Amino acid sequence: MRYLPKSQSDREVMLREIGAKSIDDLFAAIPAEYRLDRDLNIPRQYAESEIVEFFRERAANSAQGFATFLGAGAYSHYRPVVIESLVSRGEFFTAYTPYQPEIAQGTLQSIFEFQSMICELTGMDVANASMYDGSTGAAEALMMAARITGRSKCAVANTVHPEYREVITTYSRYQGMPITTFGYAKNGRIDLDTLDMALDEETAGVLIQSPNFFGTIEDVAALADIVHSKGALLIVSIAEAVSLGIVKPPAEADIVSMEAQSFGVPLGFGGPYCGVIATKEKFVRQMPGRLVGEARDKQGRRGFVLTLSTREQHIRREKATSNICTNQGLMALMCGIFMSVYGREGMKELAKHNLAKAHYAAEQFKKAGATVLFEGAPRFNEFVIQTKTDPYAINDKLLQEKIIGGFPLRKFYPELSNAALWCCTETTSKASIDAAAKEVAL
Amino acid sequence: MNPNDKIKKATTHISQNEGLIFEKSSPGKRAYKLPPLDVPEIDPAELLGEHAREDLGEMPEVSEIEIIRHYTRISTWNYAVDHGMYPLGSCTMKYNARVNEYVARLMGLAEAHPYQPERISQGALRILKMLSEQLIEITGMDAITLQPAAGAHGEFTGILMVRAYLESKGNPRKKILIPDSAHGTNPATAAMSGYAVENIKSNSRGMVDIASLEAQVNEDVAALMLTNPNTLGVFDQEIHKIADVLHAKGALMYMDGANMNALVGKVRPGDFGADVMHLNLHKTFSTPHGGGGPGSGPVACKKILEPFLPAPIVIQKPDGTLGFDYNRPKSIGRVRMFYGNFGMHVRALAYIMANGPDGLRQTTEDAVLNANYIRKKLEGYYDLPYTTPTMHEVVFSDRKQTQKGIKTGDIAKRLIDYGFHPYTVSFPLVVHGALMIEPTESESKEELDLFIDAMKAIAEEAEQNPELIAEAPFNTRISRLDETTAARKPVLRWRPQTEAVAK
Repeated sequence: MRYLPKSQSDREVMLREIGAKSIDDLFAAIPAEYRLDRDLNIPRQYAESEIVEFFRERAANSAQGFATFLGAGAYSHYRPVVIESLVSRGEFFTAYTPYQPEIAQGTLQSIFEFQSMICELTGMDVANASMYDGSTGAAEALMMAARITGRSKCAVANTVHPEYREVITTYSRYQGMPITTFGYAKNGRIDLDTLDMALDEETAGVLIQSPNFFGTIEDVAALADIVHSKGALLIVSIAEAVSLGIVKPPAEADIVSMEAQSFGVPLGFGGPYCGVIATKEKFVRQMPGRLVGEARDKQGRRGFVLTLSTREQHIRREKATSNICTNQGLMALMCGIFMSVYGREGMKELAKHNLAKAHYAAEQFKKAGATVLFEGAPRFNEFVIQTKTDPYAINDKLLQEKIIGGFPLRKFYPELSNAALWCCTETTSKASIDAAAKEVAL
Repeated sequence: MNPNDKIKKATTHISQNEGLIFEKSSPGKRAYKLPPLDVPEIDPAELLGEHAREDLGEMPEVSEIEIIRHYTRISTWNYAVDHGMYPLGSCTMKYNARVNEYVARLMGLAEAHPYQPERISQGALRILKMLSEQLIEITGMDAITLQPAAGAHGEFTGILMVRAYLESKGNPRKKILIPDSAHGTNPATAAMSGYAVENIKSNSRGMVDIASLEAQVNEDVAALMLTNPNTLGVFDQEIHKIADVLHAKGALMYMDGANMNALVGKVRPGDFGADVMHLNLHKTFSTPHGGGGPGSGPVACKKILEPFLPAPIVIQKPDGTLGFDYNRPKSIGRVRMFYGNFGMHVRALAYIMANGPDGLRQTTEDAVLNANYIRKKLEGYYDLPYTTPTMHEVVFSDRKQTQKGIKTGDIAKRLIDYGFHPYTVSFPLVVHGALMIEPTESESKEELDLFIDAMKAIAEEAEQNPELIAEAPFNTRISRLDETTAARKPVLRWRPQTEAVAK
């Protein structure tokens, strides 16, 4: 086996040194009746060339060379080449959690920079070292709000990503944290009347998403006033991180829960992605997940360490803020590199391209005869259209032209029949928009 | 005496200094170039109104070469498996095969959108299906979900399934039993699932004490969360009795599969009575740890728990194609959006294929051989609190060295000077001053001998020159950091005025 650095004679020498007759002696603790006395029934050992061949075939049997209009929580942005080049360094990807800071400063400093950039973009004071993803991050943010306020109920907008909401349902079930849902108005934004009804003196946190699942940008400042007037915390979930380049940060929120996949993390059929929670300084001790902080050594040299770990499970066990252990270290590194590449000007320009493409597409679809829903409020790079034809049928036709159409909304929003959520990023070409416009006309 | 005299594995060398990326920034530098916009220009203020953002504050402005140098320089400050032995007990730092990285980056897999139609996702679905089938065979279970994003997330999923199952029988019960040697994630998971935690003590051999278990298991107990082999590296020989005691009272056995790398190909948890378990693909199945993630924590279970698995699951449809089944009325629901950390699933499958049944068994045998070799060679130099047979990891204590004021954390820091990443410090909690050493199968005899020599040399230093160890490490870029001040006055982000304030 090519990954094992031992010859048979090495093994024999070592067994002799141990004083064992055979390797079986070392497994004697396992009762004989449970020992597997056969080979596992899995395929034989493959050569590296065969493995590559196998996965190339699987990859060829998955969409390649399609133009896509899918967003809905996972975004197709261009990934600068330097990202793969740097994250492929073994020093990064074959290192563990930085528990020994003297020999983990690379990981620690890169996370500190990641935290700093997320703060800068979101308008928050502190950000953690990442969470599993946006959906679990949103659930953890609500639990955090309950700890901070000492209240139990939470309210969630139904314009938060439907799969995030499903995860929240699962997470909250046994935490004594009832969840109420509130709806959207004609312009796609939160319906303030239903929000008002969802709130009471026991509400700990209110979760909204902006841009929301329909691509509509919420009026965060106004919502914050309403939520704060009830003594609850406002949590803003951001699924499309690139929006922060051109949309005002939700600085009025108490907690921001982000999915940073857009910052250079591959779509990868849904994961691994990069959640992150950011908040105000005063709430930091109720935050879940790892945190990196600055420290000095005896000579006064700057370094970084994992800090405030008394919140975490390995110290607090059942009283921890969460059971979360790992973060998404390598994904956070990708995000940090992406944010460095685009930086202060590029993030803006990139976001502007997204906005321009989506605006153009919406206009073309409208001209072609589709109805653009939720016109009364600003959007970023996603929008909802309603067509005369079933969107699944439209998508079937588009597939023949190697175009993956928008995400049909019927599954999650039965009231929005024949409606689909379309997304354009900087990678969407005018040609594919024009081609798609022809089909949505029918 | 030169304190570096006995260090064989490492020599100090020049490493580059590097500030924070923000400190390299200046206006007008850039590392990107967007293509010309092929649609009409827009005015953000017009489209977004008051929501348009003017400025991105202190985001850096740097060039491409600076980014490459920045990250390359700081990367060299890390220790990694690619450098050498990384004997962090319980973390299983094994070799991360490069072919896994290669295939995970193939277009079609890396660029697949989770919502793209199933008919153009057959390759990705096939990977999920194959990995599921192979993990089921490896664990001896009946069904599996690949959705959980990490081990702790898998624990949460598994315990929710236990709860849903018990609820379907009429009573979710009240508590989860957890041995005192368990990972901190176990009690935290039980709490998140609405259960009280009751600790159970290990006996003098480091195993679950059957008599006290029998006394503790009653109709209030939902499950026992058991790591086997446990964090002492000890296989619970009476595992089936444990399962019987639980099952007799209607409770289930949750197995924490963190140490499954000691069992693969030799014994299957499904055969010795586990009802549900998680696997850590980033431990046993070699997906890289990435400086702290991503992990991946599939949960395998017996038939009785299958209806409660998170939705969706991959199924073969009547026409022979693969697809997702969302229609699972008894499911605990989703624990993560989409289908889990697919990129890790690809790597784990590539790892299993590279090994085959014989390779996986040999891997397990080598991991156990290495741990026993270290134990044999270091016995006498370090106190061995449990003499029960060792599987994949061995736990010593600092009892001998504390007589000179040297603790496990100090020995760990000195080991850094010797060119090794330290073992796991002060865990498991059942051993006071623990040194938890897990070599994995990835170490050659030569590397193990270097490690053993280093540990012996440090034991000798602890006798003769304890002050030296108390101040280690010496050969690193920075010495021990003041973690107390870091936690008391946390600085968690860079701000432009930091330097000015400090002055």
